Amino acid sequence: MKILTGSDLKSGAVVWWDGSSWSLHVEDACDVGEDAASIAAREEAERRVVVPYAIEATTDAQGRVRPAHIKDRIRALGPTVRADLTLRPADPEAGTWVI
Amino acid sequence: MAEPISGTDSEARELDDVQFRFREDEMVDHPAVTVDAFVGQTNASAVRIEPGDDARDLLPHLGRIALVEVNFPSFGDGRGYSAARILREAGYQGELRAVGDVLIDQLSHMRRCGFDSFAPGVRLDEEDAARAFATWPEVYQAAVDGRAPIWTLRHGERNGDTNG
Amino acid sequence: MYQYDRYDQQMVDARVAEFRDQVRRRLDGKLTEDQFKPLRLMNGLYLQLHAYMLRVAVPYGTLNSTQMHMLGTIADKYDRGYGHFTTRQNIQYNWIKLEDAPDILAELSTVEMHAIQTSGNCIRNISADHFAGAAADEVADPRPYAELMRQWSSFHPEFSYLPRKFKIAVIASETDRAAMRLHDIGIRIHKNDAGELGAAFYVGGGMGRTPMISHLVREWVPLDRLITYAEACLRVYNRYGRRDNKYKARIKILLHEIGAEDYAAQVDAEYQQLLDQGVEPPFAELQRIRTFFADPPFVEGLSDGVDQSDPAFAAWVQQNTHLHRVHGYTSATISLKPVGGIPGDATAAQIHLMADLAKEFSFDECRVTHAQNIVLPHVEQRRLYELWQRLDTAGLATANLDNIGDIIACPGLDYCSLANARAIPLAQKISQRFSDNGKDAVIGELKLKISGCINACGHHHAGHIGVLGVDRKGRENYQLLLGGSEGADTSLGKITGPGFDEDGVVDAIEKTTEVYLAQRQDGERFLDTYRRIGMEPFKEALYG
Ligand code: HEM
Ligand code: SF4
Repeated sequence: MKILTGSDLKSGAVVWWDGSSWSLHVEDACDVGEDAASIAAREEAERRVVVPYAIEATTDAQGRVRPAHIKDRIRALGPTVRADLTLRPADPEAGTWVI
Repeated sequence: MAEPISGTDSEARELDDVQFRFREDEMVDHPAVTVDAFVGQTNASAVRIEPGDDARDLLPHLGRIALVEVNFPSFGDGRGYSAARILREAGYQGELRAVGDVLIDQLSHMRRCGFDSFAPGVRLDEEDAARAFATWPEVYQAAVDGRAPIWTLRHGERNGDTNG
Repeated sequence: MYQYDRYDQQMVDARVAEFRDQVRRRLDGKLTEDQFKPLRLMNGLYLQLHAYMLRVAVPYGTLNSTQMHMLGTIADKYDRGYGHFTTRQNIQYNWIKLEDAPDILAELSTVEMHAIQTSGNCIRNISADHFAGAAADEVADPRPYAELMRQWSSFHPEFSYLPRKFKIAVIASETDRAAMRLHDIGIRIHKNDAGELGAAFYVGGGMGRTPMISHLVREWVPLDRLITYAEACLRVYNRYGRRDNKYKARIKILLHEIGAEDYAAQVDAEYQQLLDQGVEPPFAELQRIRTFFADPPFVEGLSDGVDQSDPAFAAWVQQNTHLHRVHGYTSATISLKPVGGIPGDATAAQIHLMADLAKEFSFDECRVTHAQNIVLPHVEQRRLYELWQRLDTAGLATANLDNIGDIIACPGLDYCSLANARAIPLAQKISQRFSDNGKDAVIGELKLKISGCINACGHHHAGHIGVLGVDRKGRENYQLLLGGSEGADTSLGKITGPGFDEDGVVDAIEKTTEVYLAQRQDGERFLDTYRRIGMEPFKEALYG
């Protein structure tokens, strides 16, 4: 599937397009199909997002969205060297999910 | 290549498009020619410098130039700042106009490099521009706008030369 | 230390106001991201992997305790309680909000700090020897020249849209502790036979994807022509540096293409022309700046010598202190490389503590080093034990300076959007491995440097052992380089061969050190052995 990501203009936080707005959680990302460019252009023009771009993703065994590239998985999670600052601070699996 | 109708057109556009001008004399009323064309002929008094041109090619002809346009096809290409300063350093007194991708946040630096008129490709917000021209209460280095740098003010000298 | 007068303060305040206005226009939609990006970069604000990142300038690496405290305060108030000291003697915060950035800059300006020109295609923060003013081998303190150039380069009207970034370093000793030859311009202040000081200009060094060592373009620039000559160097670059390809836009490529001699000749012509333009500051300005860097009130007549009966303390003294030019004093380095830790990171609490220690032990001064550590430049030897105890309690007394555990690592894929591979976890594993097996101390000086991509922020080309992260079919992969150095004997490392995965590269590094330990002759450092025996024995061990 194709999902759309970017950064929140004001906070810089990593965000994912969930079909109607931007979520901090990659699990919420929806398949944007062919609409990535038009959604990105509109949202950027509205200044809700900065540097939006579409990426490939799959779903893992639990049905969770998993970006195809390691860089986007680290973006989705947070720095692997500071588990306390990631979105899954209590999840010991988080580090391996990235790889 | 010259096409009379569009020539007249572009002439009119050019005059209108000067949004900021810091000089009193009359504006040149004919379009600027390229550096190559200019060096090869004698009657033009307005010339347009592109980023790859050598401003020093104009130095032998400064006396007959009334307008130099320096084109910024993209604001990130800073060669035009050197071109402008080189002309001023060589004593050029005519109009020095920044044209093209001229944006608010480059105005103060352009002014310091000797530009005294501005024809931005897209009209700028007047208030933002006024603020931008006034960005620097003082300046750190000597340029060609005649402002005394801070280090000169600190030591009460009129110019930065030391001779020693 | 330099202190702002009302002019300096006015300029920084003007910049804060300007940036506040730019942020407002960005949030109001008057600036597109393309237009805003170079403006925020010139204020040190990047958009990184997880958030905005702010790089704060530490001019020539020198800070007083008030400034250091402010860095801690910002970490707590606007970030997530820590900061990352960089190889260009700056500090980066990883979790900044765009909305907060103008306020952060305003707070910094209250302690004479800023983020001006810490990024962007302009003259960057100017770095210097971290032992400036303290080292026994310097001919002068290089910082007054760096400060003069800081002023000259700040908001330079002609050089704010250069083809690419421009980094300057200033040193004033034979020993290069600032990787001077790997800068766009490296300046070495030296003395002639008549005892006068002058500046040698080295131009065209750099790392990145095409690492190059700079060329000496002029041996002697009189100090009262420093700015004029620098202006000429920059103008030639601004006019002729390549703009068609951002990977070929650094000045090193210009020198490579036209030749150092041709470049020097063009600079000379420009210099002659500029001599009439009055761009040089009055010499009195240099003298004014120098007075700020006068010696602190050292106690006279102290003798050298430290009681080293405590072995842990002794190890730290031997490893982490540097010869001071005044008897009874020493320069102490606080390693930000705890075993298994994140190189260069410091928590707000640690930053505050280091600020306090700078005040109590080092005439209110500390330094950031390009190896991502902190120096207390002027410590009385008789108070060294007390200092060490305070550091030890806070976990800041790791005795590994210049050893394999003192790793330089860029943020890599944990933080950086340009990265191919993570650098920090690798550094953590390596320092842990060599601490556990006790070889860190046995091996002695070995500079290990890791970059997460070809941009070389982690100086991997200049590591005795360098590691470069690459992307191999979507997996992190690491190439090993041997034989780099950034001292007076600057050299660039060579790749050993095919890359390794993360665990593989840690093993490979261990094998490399085993070759060294087996082959080393009296007193040889790893680098010396490598230079004597060459790459082959190492390749043999790694791939044979
Ligand atoms: C995380 C954000 C960072 C980004 C996006 C970034 C980007 C870059 C890029 C693109 C280059 C290559 C420039 C060129 O060759 O033209 C570079 C070089 C460099 N960076 Fe970074 N960097 C970052 C962080 C750092 C950090 C944390 C350090 C210090 C630890 C650092 C120090 C350097 C140094 C020393 C160079 C080499 C300069 C040279 O090529 O001469 N950077 N950086
Ligand atoms: S070397 Fe590459 S990965 Fe590391 S900080 Fe620089 S740009 Fe990022």
